[in-house]
Amino acid sequence: MDQKQLRELESRCIEENPPWCAAACPLHVDARALCGRVAGGDWVGAWKVLLRTMPLPGVLGRICDAPCRERCKRGQAGEAIAINQLERACVMHATPARPRAILPARRERAAVLGSGLAGLTAAWDLVRKGFQVTLHEPDATLAAGLQERYAKQVPPEVFAAELALLTGSGVRVELNAPLYEDNFLERCLAEGGAVFLSLDALDPEPWPLERDTKGRIAVPSPAQTTARKGVFAGGLEHGDSPVWQAAQGRWGATSIDRYLQGVSPTAGREKDGPYETRLFTSLEGVEPLPMVPVGPEGYDDATAAQEAGRCLQCHCLECVKVCPYLESFGAYPKKYAREIYNNQSIVMGARQANKLINSCSLCGLCEAVCPEDFPMQTLCLATRQEMVTKGKMPPSAHEFALLDMEFSLGERFRLARHQPEHQTSARLFFPGCQLAASAPGQVRRVYQHLCTSLPGGVGLMLACCGAPAHWAGQEAKSREVVQDWLKDWRGLGSPQVIMACSSCRDIFRTYLPEVEQVFLWEMLRETGLEIEQAPGAPLAIHDPCTTRHDPQAQATMRAVLGEAGVELEELRLGRELTECCGYGGLMANANPELAKEVITRRGGQSPRDFLAYCAVCRDRLAAVGKRALHALDLYFPEPGSDDPAARPSPGWSERRENRARLKDELLRDLWKEEPPAMEAHREIALLITPEVAGLLEQRRILIDDLQRVIHHAERSGDKLTHPDSGHFLASFRPYKATFWVEYSPAQDGFQVHNAYSHRMTIKAGGRP
Amino acid sequence: MNMENIRPGDLEWRCQKCGGNLEPAMVTVEYLGNEFTTELPRCPRCGLVMISESLALGKMAEVEQILEDK
Ligand code: SF4
Ligand code: SF4
Ligand code: SF4
Ligand SMILES: [Zn+2]
Repeated sequence: MDQKQLRELESRCIEENPPWCAAACPLHVDARALCGRVAGGDWVGAWKVLLRTMPLPGVLGRICDAPCRERCKRGQAGEAIAINQLERACVMHATPARPRAILPARRERAAVLGSGLAGLTAAWDLVRKGFQVTLHEPDATLAAGLQERYAKQVPPEVFAAELALLTGSGVRVELNAPLYEDNFLERCLAEGGAVFLSLDALDPEPWPLERDTKGRIAVPSPAQTTARKGVFAGGLEHGDSPVWQAAQGRWGATSIDRYLQGVSPTAGREKDGPYETRLFTSLEGVEPLPMVPVGPEGYDDATAAQEAGRCLQCHCLECVKVCPYLESFGAYPKKYAREIYNNQSIVMGARQANKLINSCSLCGLCEAVCPEDFPMQTLCLATRQEMVTKGKMPPSAHEFALLDMEFSLGERFRLARHQPEHQTSARLFFPGCQLAASAPGQVRRVYQHLCTSLPGGVGLMLACCGAPAHWAGQEAKSREVVQDWLKDWRGLGSPQVIMACSSCRDIFRTYLPEVEQVFLWEMLRETGLEIEQAPGAPLAIHDPCTTRHDPQAQATMRAVLGEAGVELEELRLGRELTECCGYGGLMANANPELAKEVITRRGGQSPRDFLAYCAVCRDRLAAVGKRALHALDLYFPEPGSDDPAARPSPGWSERRENRARLKDELLRDLWKEEPPAMEAHREIALLITPEVAGLLEQRRILIDDLQRVIHHAERSGDKLTHPDSGHFLASFRPYKATFWVEYSPAQDGFQVHNAYSHRMTIKAGGRP
Repeated sequence: MNMENIRPGDLEWRCQKCGGNLEPAMVTVEYLGNEFTTELPRCPRCGLVMISESLALGKMAEVEQILEDK
């Protein structure tokens, strides 16, 4: 993924767009933050929010007419938040110390004529930008009109304090200024700098400026320019709205700054005034609530907090709400895209986003719930592919799963045969690797059922579809796997493929669209299979995440089970919104703790027994103690097992053993062939306590690894012994990891006491 | 990389072939092209080196992780 694609993706996530209130406010006051502080009783924090954007907050905070309310999202669920009343409640509290965020003084001058809200705001902003500001007031008192007009809302001492702040920050005030004398404007301009006319407090007539058709001074917003160069104005539009007057003063100050720096007054100012935000906020599950009533005195602390508590704190985070992975890294896709971008640009130093990139299950739920279709899975997969190509993929991230895949592709599992006593295959059963790993007996029973019910011969292929390589970003490897598969399939005459696993189906749709495939359950529906006994209670159906874009498979499952009288309960997140079990994308490899949390949360979504139709989903649910059935358990029950929902998940070693045994037995029983000879190390018998077995499982050490170590140690004599316990300790490196085993001889074999591994090797000064 | 690797119990192991105790010795270990010399228990006769569980799962795993993310 190149920089441009990454940027495009990043811009798709709208989580950082402002809430409706802030976008609609002409001054962009952050009412979301304000509500957050007020609801939490943090009045100093609330004040600070206002100080960030509001000029003369003591005044404006008491009189704002809140045009933002019209757009407030809360308005769609009850009534809009009384934002101006909350501002008022806030500024009734003592002002915290105001930091003097004034830029270094500049030499440029600016004259403000008239002290309406526009002029006062212009002066307020200009002095903060460092200008030499003179405020010319025709009357004997500053802002007399305003004070009179808002006498009820704003006490005189508040007015005085805000105006004192203005003069205190360096604004020079000229009272009784002869504004309406001829040439006053010319004289101001002649002194250099720029002029701002506060039209909300001036007689509009005398100014020698171009007029519009209604005879008013033409002032386009938000540039606030007039036809005269260097003369800016504002304060007339939008009736008497105080916030609009203040905003026009603010935009005028911006334009003056631009004018004196020779920058265009109009370029890039789309967001100065109110604008449409792209934010999305779901109202699902939001109870409509009316506004907390307010009297003429305004809210007190308690009622203000109550009103602020109604604020939805508008965010998107739709994806984060449903994905524990996105949640666990503490941010949201826009930020992650940036982190991944930085990660990929690092030349020297730690790549801190590796774990982020490798933990995603690539399930695509984020894209399905995102209003802008942000595909985190595409970002993570493309980045993994890039890491692999550049040799920057941490070797241990996916190794265990890739070795497991190699096992499925190797001699001990791989198989491609026509049905016994057939020379051709009309169809081919491809169960995938994990069903065989989980329930080899079912593979065998399904195969026999297909053979007896379908004409023309049903071939069998045992292998892996290469999904682990695909998920690990090993593109070349996954192509190699499917090409090999294709060879075997062609060797059998390119029959239609009956597939049991939705991940295989997904891989085939991507890599081998030319292969005609049919879902096992569609086939079973045709062959007319029956359930001996439907379960007594409804089952919560869990769709594998690889059926997200396969509604037909989801529908088939429901139809088959429905016809058999199995009652199903739909989970809140099902079908196209289904969740991953934590195995997809090799999450369980790169981040086992997270994967465990994912499946635990999933299992908690219903107290009922789950019904899965992917062997891995079923086993992962079972591994965290959730009762779960595979749909095949209903149709092809294991002889002698009366509670298949309680079947434990086989461990890593058992999953391999199951596959190898399945192949051996099928070869012997169906094709009357001798299975491949056993490698010598596998004949070593091991005694393993449940505690040690648990340790091996957690450390992902296989029985096979232990056997190799002991085989090597016993043959070479390279081992250590402990005088007290009599235990041996030995190591061997069958691939990119060195395994250590502590063991002792036992009857007919060895007792394993401990095992661990590392990846470093001994280079010099000793030998392994 | 200072691994602080040798614990007293480690030196109780004996080399089965040579029959002697292990002794601390400077050994060079390598991962992803990075080499570190560190003290490890070793059989002074045949050079067989021991890496303990606490070293493998502690400091060593930590350093491996850092190098993988470099
Ligand atoms: S609900 Fe809160 S955050 Fe959302 S628009 Fe209204 S005030 Fe702003
Ligand atoms: S785990 Fe699934 S929902 Fe979460 S980010 Fe990855 S692809 Fe999206
Ligand atoms: S759903 Fe997620 S990715 Fe999409 S816009 Fe919202 S926060 Fe961003
Ligand atoms: Zn020795």
